[in-house]
Amino acid sequence: MAIAIFSIIAIACQKEITTPNEIDGLKKVQAISNDTNTIEIYTKKGSFQLGYNNVYLRVKNNTTSQYATDATFDWTPLMHMMHMTHSCPKSIIKKVDGKETLYQGYIVFQMPENASEHWTLQIKYQTNGKQFTVEDTIAVPNSTRKVVTSFTGTDANKYILALIEPETPQVAINDFKVGLFSRQDMMNFPVVKNYSIDIDPRMPSMGNHGSPNNENLIYQTTDSLYQGKASFTMSGYWKINLILKNASNDTISGNAVTSSVESSNLFLEVEF
Amino acid sequence: MKTIIIICLAVFNTFHLFAQDTIPDSLFNIKLDEVVVKSKALINYNKQSKPLSTLDEYLERAPNISLVKRGNYAWEPMLNNMTTERINVTIDGMHVFGACTDKMDPITSYVDVSNLSEINVTSGQKGSVYGPTIGGAIELTQTKHDFCHPGWSGNIDMGFESNANLYTIGTALKYVHQKFFINTDFMFRDAGNYKAGKRTTVPFSQYTKYNISTTVGWKINDKNTLQSSVIFDRAKDVGYPALPMDVSKAQAIIASVQHTIENVHPNIQNIETKIYYNNVQHIMDDTKRPAVPIHMDMPGLTNTYGMYSKMNIEKGKHEINLNINTYHNQSKAEMTMYPKDTSEQIMFMYTWPDIRTTYVGAYLQDKMYLHTNHSISYAASIGYQRTKIASEMGLNSLKIFYPTLAPNKNRAVMGTSFAYAFQKKNAELNLSFGYGQRTPSVSEAYGFYLFNSFDKYDYIGNPFLKNEQSIESEIKLSYSISKIKTQTSLSYFHIYNYIIGKHNPTLLPMTIGASGVREYTALKHVNLVHLDWSLEYKPIQSIKTKAYFKYSFGQDYQKQNLPLISPFSYRFSLAYYYKGLELELSVDGAAKQNKYSKTYGEDLTKAYALLHFSAGYFFTIKEHHRIYIKAGIENIVDTYYSTFSDWNNIPRKGRNFFVNISFAFDKASKTK
Repeated sequence: MAIAIFSIIAIACQKEITTPNEIDGLKKVQAISNDTNTIEIYTKKGSFQLGYNNVYLRVKNNTTSQYATDATFDWTPLMHMMHMTHSCPKSIIKKVDGKETLYQGYIVFQMPENASEHWTLQIKYQTNGKQFTVEDTIAVPNSTRKVVTSFTGTDANKYILALIEPETPQVAINDFKVGLFSRQDMMNFPVVKNYSIDIDPRMPSMGNHGSPNNENLIYQTTDSLYQGKASFTMSGYWKINLILKNASNDTISGNAVTSSVESSNLFLEVEF
Repeated sequence: MKTIIIICLAVFNTFHLFAQDTIPDSLFNIKLDEVVVKSKALINYNKQSKPLSTLDEYLERAPNISLVKRGNYAWEPMLNNMTTERINVTIDGMHVFGACTDKMDPITSYVDVSNLSEINVTSGQKGSVYGPTIGGAIELTQTKHDFCHPGWSGNIDMGFESNANLYTIGTALKYVHQKFFINTDFMFRDAGNYKAGKRTTVPFSQYTKYNISTTVGWKINDKNTLQSSVIFDRAKDVGYPALPMDVSKAQAIIASVQHTIENVHPNIQNIETKIYYNNVQHIMDDTKRPAVPIHMDMPGLTNTYGMYSKMNIEKGKHEINLNINTYHNQSKAEMTMYPKDTSEQIMFMYTWPDIRTTYVGAYLQDKMYLHTNHSISYAASIGYQRTKIASEMGLNSLKIFYPTLAPNKNRAVMGTSFAYAFQKKNAELNLSFGYGQRTPSVSEAYGFYLFNSFDKYDYIGNPFLKNEQSIESEIKLSYSISKIKTQTSLSYFHIYNYIIGKHNPTLLPMTIGASGVREYTALKHVNLVHLDWSLEYKPIQSIKTKAYFKYSFGQDYQKQNLPLISPFSYRFSLAYYYKGLELELSVDGAAKQNKYSKTYGEDLTKAYALLHFSAGYFFTIKEHHRIYIKAGIENIVDTYYSTFSDWNNIPRKGRNFFVNISFAFDKASKTK
């Protein structure tokens, strides 16, 4: 009896020691199972959101409760609309540096679910040399503010632009990061490289005033995203007016804000 | 009674007695660079045409003071054409800081005449006793009490003014024992909207204010005295017709404990040490304005702790004043804006990002009597100031403009002056030279989108401003022969790194309707000149005529006019005294303001002249009971005018009938 209790405690302790470090600061969104494994899906907030999502995955063996350290993934988010299905921009999935069992990638949901249309997520993965698949419906609720935008450029291409940073905006100069993707077809949304994005944050509720010392967004080869700076001189609702330009500096979308033009047709929104 | 009080005062402060010797019959008189008002309290029926005037109205009569008016309340004093940042305003040596980012609450608005016995105005470096200054100092002195004549005394004051329906009610009660005294006073003022000339109502010019103060004194022994005082001042529902916002609450608590030791040593006359604390809260209010583009809350607060210790030493031909003082101030102001779309988050920012300022300084003055008629004096002051941005959010918001900004900043300041005085029975000459510095104010260094409704720009502070520096000189002459007394003074300030806002066209304003953003920056140098001349003629004992003229000049190094420089102005008065009766007729006026600063929102201010009349009478009902009555008419012809320092040209008061009645009793024994 005593031994049994001891071993339960030991197991409990062991579990606690091995798992928490791996998923520190993350919350589980959902778990999708097949006969062999359970795929645990995490984000910082514990839910998916419209636009950019930094997604973490782990593969649990249903029998041993051990987490795979050798997994490789391929995923396909799919929007099931009334008359068609399509995917969205996404990254490849890689193991997180310094972690044993945690894998990371991003998905950009360009539209939210509604009563008759929903997203599913299919994950194909390989562990121990075997191929498996899981699939389930995921929830992508609408957002009150524009964090992702789809548009057709002056070059007739279709683009998706998603806000990545700041996650928690401050009254300060904020790092401002977006992802830019083009729609090659319904299933493929490659990253657009070497464009540039002019940025002009404004407060429409306060006379549409702007802010100083913003930095236009430039393509970063390190993460294939666009980074610059946005300063917010006060808390509240900020409209981030953007002008997208291609590598030869032609305007693809957006327009300058002037005293008579209140906003750009290409914009994102930040509220804090 | 008055003379006795003055003699008693002498025990407290010989310097004042010295000044008292030569005080003529006027409210503000330049004497040894001092402007002195002296009486039991500022309320003085003998010398004031309107005894229950507000403190602002009193200040307005000082020769080198002008007041910036944003309404009918809380006027901002300017000395030698320099505003709050460039001058030191202290209450009995205490630093008190206004809590409004828009200068709606100069500290003179937190005391009332009932609290004060005198206002000492010193020009230039002689005003650096309690801290660095460029323009000089205005020291408001609380009524000094003594243990001279035990008993009860008190008074009740009532005033009414037809214009704005101003009611003033004041009471004071004092009990003196040989070893103890307690004095309390109370003042209440309530005014509606005033009418400018031609019966034009100025909306949002109302105010209500009350002020209570208590002073307790304890004579520990022959040498040691302890005195503690608390002033509580609160104004509510104050309209500022020249500004886009009003004030719902402006409140100050000013508390101090003071220890005085006398005759410590044959050469040391006295050592006075005071510790103090004050708290100022200021809450703006736009809810009564008909159309505001966006509703805002703009509360501000300051907390100040401080102490000083000063010593008077007399040795041989030397008279030495030493003052060591320190204070710690917190200034914090914020702005919350409420979007019309209520689903939007409210907007918030710090306009003063919780600035903590610690100052330590020392001042030394050595006055030497060379010969019966000649004296020289030398003064030096040094100070060290440390400021810290305590709010992290505030620091980050300023970093938007200054990415390398660190939260702490240290500054050293110094000043020095040299003066020569020649005094003869009927003539006097004073010459002085000085060099001084001042640190930037909280708004100038750390202000964040402070809207100036005068030039319509948003102002951004600059933490990297250099200290402002000035070289000054002054000459004063006075001369009197039997019936004529005349006095003139000329002062010159050459100020380097003159702090002022400069338009930055790359920045967008925040305030709806603002023309742009001005960043505080420094002009290479500017010149300021002030000249005044007064003449008094008493043909017979019962008639006195006075004339007073002043002229100012202020330009920057590119010969551009500086803002808020007084045009030529004058005042004439004719007074007749007969027994308890006193009649006075006076004319106030100013020439056209030709030299104005268009860049800083000024336009040409027209010339004006006003006519005033007052009559006073006092009588004794029975022994120790007196009634004083004073009545008059200000701006008799109901002239519609505004002065150079009226914010956005708001018109001044039109015709005003006033009556002041005071009842005073004094059961204090006249002999000690």
